[in-house]
Amino acid sequence: MTEKTTAKTVIIGVGNEMRGDDAAGLHVVRSLRLDDVQLMELPGEGSELMDAWQGCGEVFVIDAARSGADAGSVFRLDATDEALPRGFFSYSTHAFGLAEAVETSRNLGTLPEKLVIYAIEGKQFAHGSELSPEVAGGVAQVITHISDEAQHA
Amino acid sequence: MAKTTSRIIKVDELARVEGEGALKLRISQGEIKDLQFRIHEPPRFFEALLRGRIYADAPDITSRICGICPVAYIMGSSQAMEDALGVRVTGPLRDLRRLVYCAEWIESHVLHVFLLHAPDFLGYQDAILISKDHPELVATALRLKKLGNRILEVIGGRAIHPVNLKVGGVHKIPSKAEVQSLAEELKWAIETSEGLVKAVSAFDFPDYSYDYNCVAMRHSDEYAICEGRLVSSKGLDIDIASFEEHFSEEHVSHSNALHGVADTGKPYLVGPIARYNLNFEQLSPLAQATAKDCGLPRMIDNPFMSIAVRMVEVLYTCQEALRLVENYEEPDAACVEITPRAGEGFGCTEAPRGICYHHYKLDDQGRITFAKIMPPTSQNQKQIERDLWGVVERYMDLSDDDLKWRCEQAIRNYDPCISCATHFLKLTVDRD
Repeated sequence: MTEKTTAKTVIIGVGNEMRGDDAAGLHVVRSLRLDDVQLMELPGEGSELMDAWQGCGEVFVIDAARSGADAGSVFRLDATDEALPRGFFSYSTHAFGLAEAVETSRNLGTLPEKLVIYAIEGKQFAHGSELSPEVAGGVAQVITHISDEAQHA
Repeated sequence: MAKTTSRIIKVDELARVEGEGALKLRISQGEIKDLQFRIHEPPRFFEALLRGRIYADAPDITSRICGICPVAYIMGSSQAMEDALGVRVTGPLRDLRRLVYCAEWIESHVLHVFLLHAPDFLGYQDAILISKDHPELVATALRLKKLGNRILEVIGGRAIHPVNLKVGGVHKIPSKAEVQSLAEELKWAIETSEGLVKAVSAFDFPDYSYDYNCVAMRHSDEYAICEGRLVSSKGLDIDIASFEEHFSEEHVSHSNALHGVADTGKPYLVGPIARYNLNFEQLSPLAQATAKDCGLPRMIDNPFMSIAVRMVEVLYTCQEALRLVENYEEPDAACVEITPRAGEGFGCTEAPRGICYHHYKLDDQGRITFAKIMPPTSQNQKQIERDLWGVVERYMDLSDDDLKWRCEQAIRNYDPCISCATHFLKLTVDRD
């Protein structure tokens, strides 16, 4: 799953399939239809993310957020030069999650040339719950944004 | 700080632990009035989910209890099913199981030691800040952890929730060449781990000790990981089938996780310190010598030293993994033959955080009629509360912020996998 790719662009969906809106990133990746792009699904454990994007050119990561915004809101964060807001992805599967992985990679000099995070505000994260309609709307928006951005990269 | 002041300290979201939990602490006139370690992730009813399923489903379903230690659940449930079905897994298949379990220890321990717990000892809020000041240390830890993942991929098919392991053996036999390709990195890992034991052992450990009732598995021939009897520092020595006669779970109103209690009615300790105290002589000569050289006592009663013990165990499991890799011969069959039948079976293995107990009953079709699982964090929960009580008494004079940090550090001694226990930690300290 974390095998290196020769593709210029890597798109990583992060989430837990069994916890409702937490799976938003996985839904995006499963619906993308792009050429010469490697798609990956990861649970969100930080060291694995760092390993996945090290040495890559352009990387997009899609994750669910819990920032207090309206459910389904979409945020585009360019992590290449700017730190991610802390606590934004508080629902990462593990305590060493996406935000920690980005900043640790920055300190170690292992960030990809370009790293863009799409965050979709979630609403329901209970075990066994479905994707909420609001987040399904956010997923559709991100699919459109990334399809456009990755093709024009 | 004057002891007469009322204090309310809250940790609403305990970071660097796995799952959701909280600590509430009320101190009045310099005395602890109330201390509750709460786990409020909802219970997930895995045991009920298993009832009516065929025996072979148990490893894949229970492995979903935890993304960090899925192997513990796969192995414990497989072993219990094999016990119920009257089969044994031996030879190279058993060796593969021990190898994949070593990988889980390496991965889980290294994650906890360097990315979650070390910041407490080095005075950093988190691992990001360590990586700024000590990038080589973090890069080394990440390489070590990646080796654990790599072994899991080779044997288990993938690093998270491995898919190649099953009741009776494996789905596909890993080739000798694939397994032996792990050797070079393991040699690097042994040398590196030795240095890391020294680095971690030099941390400043807060002063605190407790006379623990340590409980761990013991095996006559090896440092117990996958199988053995259950022993305790209070003289217990039992077959795993007798576990429930000596240990039980109780509900407490302030937590969604069950608390484990020994038959003495008191808490007990499972995990790295328990294993080290009970089975030190079965560690490799290098692991024993390194621990001694680093000044670690033969019997550890300071829970803050658990971080060093984890690193000793990483050194040991890297050596053990290399031994298993170098001696690996492909088995003749991927799996032992199994005929479904009615039965009752028990399984118990040493998960990175301590013993993980499984008990199942099957009907004559091999369908599960009863399931009981006791993960290590449930078993340790009562002991965590007891430690917190002692740590707060010992460090009462610290400022609220420092006391809060010390409490979090004490909880992280257990690398609590709250997701496993039911199921982020919040800390509340009230002083009035």
